[in-house]
Amino acid sequence: MNGVRTASPFTARSVTLRTAAALLASAALVALAGGCSAAGGQDAEGKSGGSGKGAATPRMTIGMVSHSGDGDTFWDIVQNGAEQAAAKDNVKFLYAHDKEGAQQAELIQSYIDQKVDGLIVTLAKPQAVKAAVRKAVAQGIPVITINSGGEFSQAYGALTHIGQDESVAGRAVGDELNARHAKKTLCVIHEQGNVSLEDRCAGVRKAFHGTVENLNVDGTNAPSSQSSVEAKLQSDKSIDAIVTLGAPMAAISVKAKEEAGSSAQIATFDLNSAVVKLLKAKDITFAVDQQPYLQGYEAVDLLWLHKANADVLGGGKPVLTGPALVTQQDVPKLTEYTGRGTR
Amino acid sequence: MSHTDVPLVQPAKSGGDERLLHRSLARRLMSRPELGSVVGAAAVFIFFSIIAEPFLQASSLSTVLYASSTIGIMAVPVALLMIGGEFDLSAGVMVVSSALISSMFSYQMTANTWVGVGVSLLVTVAIGAFNGVLLTRTKLPSFIITLGTFFMLTGLNLGFTKLISGTVSTKSIADMEGFDSARTLFASHLTLGSVDIQVTILWWIVLVALATWILLRTRVGNWIFAVGGNADAARAVGVPVTRTKIGLYMGVAFAAWVSGQHLLFSYDAIQSGDGVGNEFLYIIAAAVGGCLMTGGFGSAIGAAVGAFIFGMASKGIVYAQWNPDWYKFFLGAMLLLATLLNAWVRKRAEAKA
Repeated sequence: MNGVRTASPFTARSVTLRTAAALLASAALVALAGGCSAAGGQDAEGKSGGSGKGAATPRMTIGMVSHSGDGDTFWDIVQNGAEQAAAKDNVKFLYAHDKEGAQQAELIQSYIDQKVDGLIVTLAKPQAVKAAVRKAVAQGIPVITINSGGEFSQAYGALTHIGQDESVAGRAVGDELNARHAKKTLCVIHEQGNVSLEDRCAGVRKAFHGTVENLNVDGTNAPSSQSSVEAKLQSDKSIDAIVTLGAPMAAISVKAKEEAGSSAQIATFDLNSAVVKLLKAKDITFAVDQQPYLQGYEAVDLLWLHKANADVLGGGKPVLTGPALVTQQDVPKLTEYTGRGTR
Repeated sequence: MSHTDVPLVQPAKSGGDERLLHRSLARRLMSRPELGSVVGAAAVFIFFSIIAEPFLQASSLSTVLYASSTIGIMAVPVALLMIGGEFDLSAGVMVVSSALISSMFSYQMTANTWVGVGVSLLVTVAIGAFNGVLLTRTKLPSFIITLGTFFMLTGLNLGFTKLISGTVSTKSIADMEGFDSARTLFASHLTLGSVDIQVTILWWIVLVALATWILLRTRVGNWIFAVGGNADAARAVGVPVTRTKIGLYMGVAFAAWVSGQHLLFSYDAIQSGDGVGNEFLYIIAAAVGGCLMTGGFGSAIGAAVGAFIFGMASKGIVYAQWNPDWYKFFLGAMLLLATLLNAWVRKRAEAKA
């Protein structure tokens, strides 16, 4: 075992950074020369197609501020959608994000200072960003809200809201679980105190005929989440359905279910390529997609249409991008789309 | 984890003739740093055995042990580092960095996964050495140095993953060559009768045994206690302070590599934003297990018991089916009570000794 190096200063001296770098370089050469994998990897990847030409309208700048944390797959897809629309509409697209409401307000303010031609914001912490959004509207910057806080959108002066009603989506899951004869559902919340996650579980509870129990897990710590779900399944054998509220948690729950020897069916909100694989393998029975790509794409496109043609969509009501129910039948198409980061 | 077969050798600490005196076994047991935490662990165990009916099932215990081992593998070198008088705030994200390096190297080079695992080991240990070298060269507090590497690694994890993979999570390497054998080493589980034993538990036991042997039976162990107790005095009597500290950081990096490979081979794709905040779990486990925040005192077994207390408390609350909204409160209260009990037992032991 190489663990000896952990505390032996003699090895510490000999393995200097320089030799480490040399070893690294030689390991890379070995990899290139002989250690190749015959299956999988980048060589097995297809090449995706290019994009079309941009619009002929004058260049405009659109800023987006979201409540995403670092490294969130979901927001990556929203951003992909927005960038795709920006390329099409001859738009310069700016994006910033922060988990904290106060920071989001400051980011919005910085875009106002930069005199952007349009703003896209999320209302996950509506009270925190209220003043900043109103200020933008007062200065004549059109605002579109996406993803969360649809009920506040109009009151704050936004043109429209594009997103999914979390309660409606939760109810759709509840109905589907009824159709699949589930009796007791576990709703796994991966971020304690997040309003939209609570709304989803509440929606499931509203439509579901059986009982629903919530479980809080630490979403950024996979082994801890897995063992918590495992513990819950072991302590309550009557749980026959698990609902996860984000795609990464679905794969973790599948493992937890196997370890606990439970036969519960698993349904999840949101998609990623791992979920598509699990749908194919029938480890997940269905997923509810809110089409994040559309939220980014449509928001940019609508701001452009508003500028170019004074269009407004939704008629004062939110434009819903979900819930779109996907099952095993949708797998062939989804495999390609999730792989390139657009679903 | 048996506590009786531990060599009861006292580390050479502050001198004086009292070390020549013969002391009874009970006295020597009482002065071990892990004693209080063992009492705390027993209390938490008995509490949940009574409160939560499924807690005593073999399958539940294996779940609790798994949860404890994922923290415990990291808590062991972190405890050694704390005994040596330093902190490592980059330990949590370093685990994810290690997994990302391994995954992306294998995938992008279309290489056998073992090549990625090897490259990851070299790079991760180099990051640990970087922490140590920077600390000993600049003489800045380890809190600042590793806070810097913590943020840099968090940024590098996200930046490189996005640059290389195009999304914020890595692509699955489950269908690549060498994956199955690497999974056997890092993320398999053995079945003993009806009990499922995760391989991380074995890694944990091996690391605890190794760290305990180093601390109590080797010259390096004495150096670690010495640099944590008083670095200047240690240097004056000829202890290689710089090399000891760099070695300790490389130890943390090595464990981060083990944990990182476990993450990768059990979930086959890695979220680049994970790991933030876990560094505190490792420090908590070491501190609950009797390591002093000021250095110079503690044990690897104590850190293991600390991780076990954390694992029992965090999963026991789920087994007890308490209202999930209060989960964090109960978790904090359990840890505080276990640590108070630990401190109380040690104070009584010291009063008697």
